[in-house]
Amino acid sequence: MNLRLTLAPWTYGFIVALFMWIATTAYAGMGSAAATLSAALAFGAFSVVVGTGQMLVIASGPGNIDLSVPSVLTLAAYVSMTVMKGNDAMLMAGLAAALAVGAAAGIFNFLAITLLRLPPIISTLAASFVFQSLAFNLGGEATLKPPAVLSAFTLWSVARLPVMPIAVMVVTIATMVVLSRSVWGRHLLATGQSEAAARLAGIRVGRVRLVAYGLCGVGAALAGFLLSGFSGGAALNMGDVYLLESIAVVVLGGTSVAGGQANAIGIWGAALFFNLMATMLNTFQMQAGVRFVLTGALIILIVAIAPRPRVG
Amino acid sequence: MAEIPLGRQHVRRMAWVASAMQVGLPAVTLVAMLAVIFWIRPTAMSYFGFTLLFKLATPLVFAALSQMLIIMLGDIDLSNGAFVGLITCVTALYLDNIPILALLLYVAAVAIYAGVGLLIQLRQLPSIIVTLGMSFIWLGTAIILLPSPGGSAPAWLAGFMSWRPPFIPLPILLAVLAAIAGHLVITRSSYGAVLRGAGANPRAIERAGWSTTRIRVRVYAAAGALACLAGLTLTGLTTSGDPNVAPAYTLLGVGAVILGGGSFTGGIVSPVGTVIGALTLSLAGSLLSFLQVPPTWQIGAQGAILFLVLAGRVLVSEKAR
Repeated sequence: MNLRLTLAPWTYGFIVALFMWIATTAYAGMGSAAATLSAALAFGAFSVVVGTGQMLVIASGPGNIDLSVPSVLTLAAYVSMTVMKGNDAMLMAGLAAALAVGAAAGIFNFLAITLLRLPPIISTLAASFVFQSLAFNLGGEATLKPPAVLSAFTLWSVARLPVMPIAVMVVTIATMVVLSRSVWGRHLLATGQSEAAARLAGIRVGRVRLVAYGLCGVGAALAGFLLSGFSGGAALNMGDVYLLESIAVVVLGGTSVAGGQANAIGIWGAALFFNLMATMLNTFQMQAGVRFVLTGALIILIVAIAPRPRVG
Repeated sequence: MAEIPLGRQHVRRMAWVASAMQVGLPAVTLVAMLAVIFWIRPTAMSYFGFTLLFKLATPLVFAALSQMLIIMLGDIDLSNGAFVGLITCVTALYLDNIPILALLLYVAAVAIYAGVGLLIQLRQLPSIIVTLGMSFIWLGTAIILLPSPGGSAPAWLAGFMSWRPPFIPLPILLAVLAAIAGHLVITRSSYGAVLRGAGANPRAIERAGWSTTRIRVRVYAAAGALACLAGLTLTGLTTSGDPNVAPAYTLLGVGAVILGGGSFTGGIVSPVGTVIGALTLSLAGSLLSFLQVPPTWQIGAQGAILFLVLAGRVLVSEKAR
């Protein structure tokens, strides 16, 4: 009776993504296969960077979520572009500025949630309004141009292998190691499973969550920095798509929204699924509405049929 | 050491104090905002002034009540805003020309809402991700129906939304009626207690002989119907359909529920508080333009207001303990 093949939930994203890649290639011809994949890897890398931060926050306990991700991404992009002013020599200063903005935003989120005892979903929403306003005042409607070297880095490939997505894969592997081997990683998952038990075990729950929110802000900021190099500048709406996508890739990647359990590699599968599906439906010349409907239907389908991760 | 209010909070204070606090704080905020507006422009303190100030509040009130029902069950609905957008499209396209088709589509949409509740209940899925998927489906359907904003509201609907009832401005009248209806059904009735119980302690409700599956389906259907009302009233105000008209309603609705004393732990919601919360949030925009806050800072100031009010909620509940 038990012949049904059971796969880990996080593999579903990869399987669907692979299927979509094959379908796109079959439709558009073999020549497009490599280009399709490298585009999906590049766009997927941004979703993964944002999603990994979101995953750490979601894993830190039920109800924890960061809705300020899109505005932190935009604000960090604006700040770093303003610092660099298109000057190659200022690249590292710009990166540092972006990461500082992200860390500050994450710490602000944590403090607002903890000190004001707010539900994270509301607190980070209110914070995102504030960050958005700051970005608006900093950059206005204009698109701020990135330095040439940053754009070159995001598009750089060695021996036809794109460097940026590979760097992000290294980040993913590092995250997996941190979650399973490091003290902080174990503390994070313990906190997510039961805050009370973690506290009794002597874990400084507040500090663990502070780092999670800080890293989430840093992830969003890094994505903003890279994305503005990749897409030719910082724009006001550049973060919008990542609000829902950052949550979707985390959950489809096999992380439990109930917290206490995280899956870093699964985010890649879900991110590739998202981006390859957009490519596939574009290739099939589907109209935008149909694309949205299929995206939504697939999200629900995957969540409904995948065996759910159990929280210990 | 402050705790993040995620777990089940022990409510030690007396019930009536708690409910008075739930509704009291957003009410005080609302009155304070109105006071500032009237102080700056005394002429706004009139029938006409109230009508203008709260003009756009009606759809948000219904959207927030819809969200409240979902939060009551311990779930969250991220598809609310996209759904309201779809309803404006259906209304603007069909309600005038082919009313039967429009009605059928409303019924189908409500049935799908109920189906979402059923799916979440049967497979024990996280509502946040299922409704996130639904938000894409609603938005996509709306874009297929109406690729760019257009259509027109039936004359009777637009006429109703600009109707001036005697003494009480229409947005206030509708908000009061919605609050009373919600209070009677959710807070006062015995079935309301069962519904709130299904969110707070589903196992106890099951043991008492109620089907939580049936409850979730009914509550989701009711939430869909309320969101339909939000879409209808919004179409009456804007007199056209637009798939992207209301994405903000999702999170503003959540904000109104929490502002009104609701809690994500399930079972703790206040319809009166939610309505006042929705009025407060829709007035915040008017207040900022009265205060002549520059447009680039307005959204940030809205965030700051949200923080201030919620922070007040914490201080008040701290004292009441």
